[in-house]
Amino acid sequence: MADSQGATSSPDKVATPTIDVKAMPHILQRIVVMALKIDMKGVVLAILCSLGAAVATLIVPRLFGASVNQVAALLKQANLVQHAHAAEQAALQAQSIHALWVAAILIIVASTGQGLLTGLSGFQAERVSQMVAHHMRLDYFRHLQRLSFSFHDKIHSGDLITRGMIDLEGARMFIQNGMMQSLTLLLLLVVAAVMMFIADPVMALLALGFVPISIYTLVRVGFLLRIAWMRVQMLTSLLTLAMEENLQGVRVVRAFAARNFEMAKFDNAATQALKEAYKRILLRMRAIRSTTLTFYASMALVLWYGGHKVADGAMTPGRMTEFILYLNILQQPVRQVIMIVMSAARATTCGGRLFEILDTVPTIADKPGAQPLAVADGVLRFDHVDFAYDVGKPILHDVSFTVGKGQTLGIVGPPGSGKSTIANLIPRFYEVTGGAITIDGQDIRDVQLASLREYVGLVQQEAFMFDATVTNNVSYADPWAEERRIVDATKTAQLHDYIANLPGAYSTRVGERGVALSGGQRQRMSIARGVVPGPGVMIFDDSTAAIDAVTERRVRDALAEATKAKATIIIAHRLSSLMHADEILVLEAGRVVERGTHAELLALGGEYFDLYQLQSRTEQGLSTADAKIRRKVTEAAE
Amino acid sequence: MSEIASAAPAPRRRNASLGTSDSEEIFASFDTRVVRRFAAFLKPHPWAAFGALTAACAGAGAQVLIPLTIGQAVSVATSGQGDSHRLDVVIIQFFAAVVVFTITSLVSQWLSTKLAQKVIFDVRRAMFDHFQRVSLSFMDKTHVGRVMSRLQGDVNAMEEFLESTTSTLGDIVLLLGIVVTLLVMNWKLGLLTMLVLPALIGLRAIWLPYSKKTFRRARDASSIANGALAENISGVRTVQETRREAMNFELYEEKAEENRKAAVDSAFLAALMTPTVSILTGFAMAVIIVVGGSQVLSSELQLGAMVAYVIFVQRFFEPVRMLSMQYTAMQRAMAAGYRIFEVLDVPLTIVDKPDAVALKDVEPTIEFDHVTFGYNTDRPVLRDVSLKVKPHQVVALVGPTGSGKTSIISLVRRFYEVDQGRVLVGGHDVRDVTLESLGQTIGMVLQEPFLFTGTIEENIRYASNATHDQIVEAAKAVRAHDFIMRLPEGYDTRLGQRGRNISLGQRQLLSFARALVINPQILILDEATANIDSFTELEIQRALKVLFAGRTCLVIAHRLATVRDADDIIVLQQGRIVEQGPHDALMAKGGLYANLYASSHGSFDDLPGEGEDHADRTAYALST
Repeated sequence: MADSQGATSSPDKVATPTIDVKAMPHILQRIVVMALKIDMKGVVLAILCSLGAAVATLIVPRLFGASVNQVAALLKQANLVQHAHAAEQAALQAQSIHALWVAAILIIVASTGQGLLTGLSGFQAERVSQMVAHHMRLDYFRHLQRLSFSFHDKIHSGDLITRGMIDLEGARMFIQNGMMQSLTLLLLLVVAAVMMFIADPVMALLALGFVPISIYTLVRVGFLLRIAWMRVQMLTSLLTLAMEENLQGVRVVRAFAARNFEMAKFDNAATQALKEAYKRILLRMRAIRSTTLTFYASMALVLWYGGHKVADGAMTPGRMTEFILYLNILQQPVRQVIMIVMSAARATTCGGRLFEILDTVPTIADKPGAQPLAVADGVLRFDHVDFAYDVGKPILHDVSFTVGKGQTLGIVGPPGSGKSTIANLIPRFYEVTGGAITIDGQDIRDVQLASLREYVGLVQQEAFMFDATVTNNVSYADPWAEERRIVDATKTAQLHDYIANLPGAYSTRVGERGVALSGGQRQRMSIARGVVPGPGVMIFDDSTAAIDAVTERRVRDALAEATKAKATIIIAHRLSSLMHADEILVLEAGRVVERGTHAELLALGGEYFDLYQLQSRTEQGLSTADAKIRRKVTEAAE
Repeated sequence: MSEIASAAPAPRRRNASLGTSDSEEIFASFDTRVVRRFAAFLKPHPWAAFGALTAACAGAGAQVLIPLTIGQAVSVATSGQGDSHRLDVVIIQFFAAVVVFTITSLVSQWLSTKLAQKVIFDVRRAMFDHFQRVSLSFMDKTHVGRVMSRLQGDVNAMEEFLESTTSTLGDIVLLLGIVVTLLVMNWKLGLLTMLVLPALIGLRAIWLPYSKKTFRRARDASSIANGALAENISGVRTVQETRREAMNFELYEEKAEENRKAAVDSAFLAALMTPTVSILTGFAMAVIIVVGGSQVLSSELQLGAMVAYVIFVQRFFEPVRMLSMQYTAMQRAMAAGYRIFEVLDVPLTIVDKPDAVALKDVEPTIEFDHVTFGYNTDRPVLRDVSLKVKPHQVVALVGPTGSGKTSIISLVRRFYEVDQGRVLVGGHDVRDVTLESLGQTIGMVLQEPFLFTGTIEENIRYASNATHDQIVEAAKAVRAHDFIMRLPEGYDTRLGQRGRNISLGQRQLLSFARALVINPQILILDEATANIDSFTELEIQRALKVLFAGRTCLVIAHRLATVRDADDIIVLQQGRIVEQGPHDALMAKGGLYANLYASSHGSFDDLPGEGEDHADRTAYALST
C-alpha cells in the first residue's frame, strides 16, 4: 500500500523519493523502546525462543553428520573385517543401527523443538507488535481529537487517515520484520559461527565466506528496492488519480468528446509506471544473481576443500556433510536481510510521519485550575477582538459586539471578510490574538473548554454526517436525548416529514453507507443536531444557504420560537435570513464597516443598502447595485 | 446481494451495473471461460510466454541436479580411492549446474514478470477504454469507488497471480523432478520419505477452514477500526463542536481492542503451521538416517546419495508451501478475472452508426420532436416533449427539481438514447452523426465546475489544442484573467484537489473559459444552484453574456437575471412543457412561472419539497 511520499508530493514533479537515513536510528530506536516498555517480557521471551530455535536448528547437521560418520566407519570396518565371522559382523551392524535410531530420535526431538520455538518466537513478536500498534492507535486517535482546528486546517484529512492506517502498520511491522528478524538472523549466525569454528576453522571460513558479501549486496539492494518501490507507488498513485478523476468527471469528458485525450493521459501515466516496474524487476534480479552465485561459490569451496580432505582421510565424511547442511540452513535467513532493510526503511518513513503528528502539541487546552463556565445573564461580548491565522495576515480587526439572551445578531459581508472566523472563535476553536471574548464577564480562555463548548452551539455551513442512523446523527451532541426532543428538533428544522417517510424512518442510515441527502437536507439535519442539546448561545454559520427560500422561511420561523431565550448569531449571504436581527454587522476585510438594524442600515444607503438592492427583484436595483459593486471589485483588485 | 455471485452468464439487461461483490469469497475456482478470455491478452507475446516457461523448466532441472552433484561429491570423496581428479570434475559439474540454474531463473523471472506487467497494462487499458465508451446511464448507476476497485483491486489480483504463475509452473516441475529423482535413486527410501507429504496436506486441510474464518475476522475487525478512525478524522470538527471526544474514544477503543485480539488470534493460527513443517522435516530426516543408513550398510545406497536425500528433503517443503499460496492467489485471480470480463462485456449502447456523418457547418438549431425518455423504461422522465431552439437564440429551461430539465440537455448531447421521438441538432438526428463531431459542435458547461488536477492553463485547454494566446483570450472574455493573474503563478498555478484552492465562483469562470476555447456553435449550460455570494454572481452574469453572444444556447436557469434575459422560456413540470414564452408574457399569464418567480429571492430556486428525481436517488442509494 501507498505510504508516505506518494500522497504528498506534487504530481508533476516525479522526484526520486528518499529514505531519511539520518533520522533512521532515532525513529527505529523509538519503536524498539516502545516495544520494550509495553511488553519487555514478551520481547525477551521472543528472543530466548529465537536463540533456542537457532541452537536446535544447528544441532541437526551435527547429529546427521555423526550418523554419516557412524555409517562410514562401519562400512570401513566391514571392509576390513570382510573375512571375519558373520556373527561378529551382525553384532557390529546391530550396534550401528542402534546408534542410527538414537540419532534419528534426537533429530526429531531437535526439529520439534526448533519448530515450536520458532513458532512461539514469531507469535510473541506478532503479539508484542500488535500491542504496540494498539497503543499507538489509541494515542493517535486521542491526540487528533485534541489538536485544534488550526492544525486540522493545515493538514488534509486523507493524509491523516493514511498516517493512522498505513503508516502505523509500517511502523508496527518493523517489530517483527525488522527488529525480531535481524535478532534472529544474528543469533543464528553467531551460534552457527561458534559451532563451525569449533568444528573446523578453515571449513568455517569457507562456508561463512558468502555471508558478509551477501549481506553487503542485500543491504544496498534493499535500500534501492525500497526507493524503487516508493517510486512505483508514487507513479501508480498518479495513475490512480488520473483514472479516478476521469471517472468522477465523466460528464465533462463526455461533453468535450475527450476520449482520445483521456486515453493519451492514461497511456502516459501507465507507461511511466510500467517502466518503473521494469526497473524494479531488474533490481530484484540483481539481488538474486549475486546472492545465488556467492552462496554456491561457498558451497563449491566447501565441497572442494572438504572433499579432498576426506579423500585424503584428513576429515571425516560426517564433518563435510555437517558443513553442507549448515550452509543449506543459512541460505534462507541470509536472504531475509533484504526484507529487514526494506522494513527498516519503511518504518523510518512511516514512523517519522506518525510521530510528527503525535509530537504536535495541542495549542488550545484548559488552563491549569480552569473553572467551569458559570452563566447568569448569558451575555456574550466581543471586546476589541483581533485575530490572524498566520502572523502578519490579520483576519479580524477590532471587532466588538454584545448579544444578550433572547437577542439576535446578524453578520453579513463578502467572502473572506471573516464571518466564519467569528463563529469559530466563540467555542474557542481558535484563539483570539487580541482583545477578549467573554460570557457574563468570564474570558473564555479561563474557563473549562468542555463547559464552554457545551454552552455554545455552532451549526456549520458544511454539515458532516456520520455513517449512522438519523437518530444517532441528530442526537450526536446528546446521545441520551429522549425521542421527543429529537422529533422536536427535526420538526424545527422542517425535516420531520421527510424522515418519517424514509423506509426506516428515524432508524434509516445516513452518511457514507446510507441515504444520500441533498445539500439542503444535510443543512437542515445539522440545524436539528444543533438544536437538540439546547445550548445558551446558538450560532448559524451560513447554515441555510442550500435550503430553498420557502423552506428557509419556515425553518427561520420555527427557530425563532426555539431560540427565544438564547443569544443567537446568524451569518448569511441572503439578507432575508437576518434582516429581522436586533443588530446587523456588515463586515469587510475583517472590520465592522456598518452596524444597526435593517431599517437603520437601509437608511444609511451604504454597503448593506447595495446588497439589498442587488438581492431584490427590481430591475433598476440590479443595475445600480451592479455599477457600484463593479467599481468595488475593480478597486479591490488594485 | 450481488449480480455476480449468481455466477451464471446472466442475460444482458438494458442497464447493466456492477455488483457489490468485491469480496474474495466467491470461489469461482478454475473457470475455463475466464482463462480462455484471458489467453487472448497473452496472444501478442507468444515468445515471451514460451521462453519464460522453457527457462522455468530448465531451472527446475538444474535445481534437481545441484543436490545430486553434492551427493556425488560426497560419494567420490568417501569412496576411498583418493581419486582427486574425479572430485574436481564433479565440483565443476556442480558449479555448472549452479550457473545454469542462476541464468535460467533470471531469464524466467525477467520474462515472466515483464510479460505479466505488459499484460496487466493491456487489461487495464482495455477496461479504462471501455469505461470511456459505455453509456452514461451505466456510469450513473456505478459508484466511482466500485469502478476503481475493478481497475485497481481486480487488476492487481490478476497481476499478482500472473507474476508468480511461471514460478508456479517451475515449482510444479521442481516438485515432480524431486519426487521422480527420489524414487529413481531408491524407490523404498523415496516412498518412505514422501510419506510426510500427505501428512502435511492433511494437516493443512484441517487447519485451513479454521484459519480462514479467523483471518476473515481479523480483516473485518481491522476495516471496522480503520473506518471508525477515518470517520472521526473527517468529522473532527463536528466531534469537537459536540464534545464527543471521550465517548468516541471509548467506542473506538472497543473496536481497536477487537482488532488487536483478532490479529493476535490469527497470528496464533499462522504460528501453528510453523512447527508442522519443521517436525515433518525432522521425521523425513529420521527416516533417511535409519532406513537410508541401513541401506548404505547393506550397500544398497551410496553414502553421497543419503546426503543428497537430506538436501532434497530440506527443499521439499518450499515448493509445496509456494503452491498452496499460489492456489489462494489463483482463486482470487479467477474471481478478479470474472469481474474484469464482466466490465469488458458491458454492452456499448451509444456508438456511432457505421454510416454516421460528421456534423459540420450546419445551422445551429436544436429540435425535440415528440421525445419520450426515462432512465427506467417504465417511468418516463420526459413525456412527448417538442421544442425548437432557433439559431443564436437563448432559451431558458425552468421548473421544479425532477421536472426533466437535466434530461433535456443530456439528450441534446446524446448522453442517453431517447425512447420515442427524435432529437435533432442542425437538422440531423443525433443518432445519425458522429459523437465526436457532436462534441465539437456543442459546448457544455455543467452545474458542478469539475476541474482536473493540473495547471489553470491545462484546465482551460483541456482536450482542445488551443494556444496560450487563445487561452488568455478566452479567460479575458469571461473575466477570469484578472483573478488568474493575481494567483502566485498565474496560468501555471496548479489546482490542488480539483480546484479547492480557488473559490467556487472562480471555478465556474474557468469552466466557462474551457467551453469558450473550443468556440462551439451551440452552447448547453446548467447554471450553478450553489450559494454563490452576490459579488461573484455579478461576475458570472457578465461572463455569461459573453458566452451567449453569437451562439445558440439552451440553459437550465436558476438565476433571475438569466431567465429574464432569455429569448424564450420553457417551463417544465413532471416531464411536460407547461408554459412557454418570453418573461413578460409568462408573468402576465400568472401560471407556474409567475409563481416560481414570486417565491424566489435573488435566485430562481426549486419549489419547496423534494421532487421525484430525488426520491429516485434515495431509493437507489438504499437498494445498493
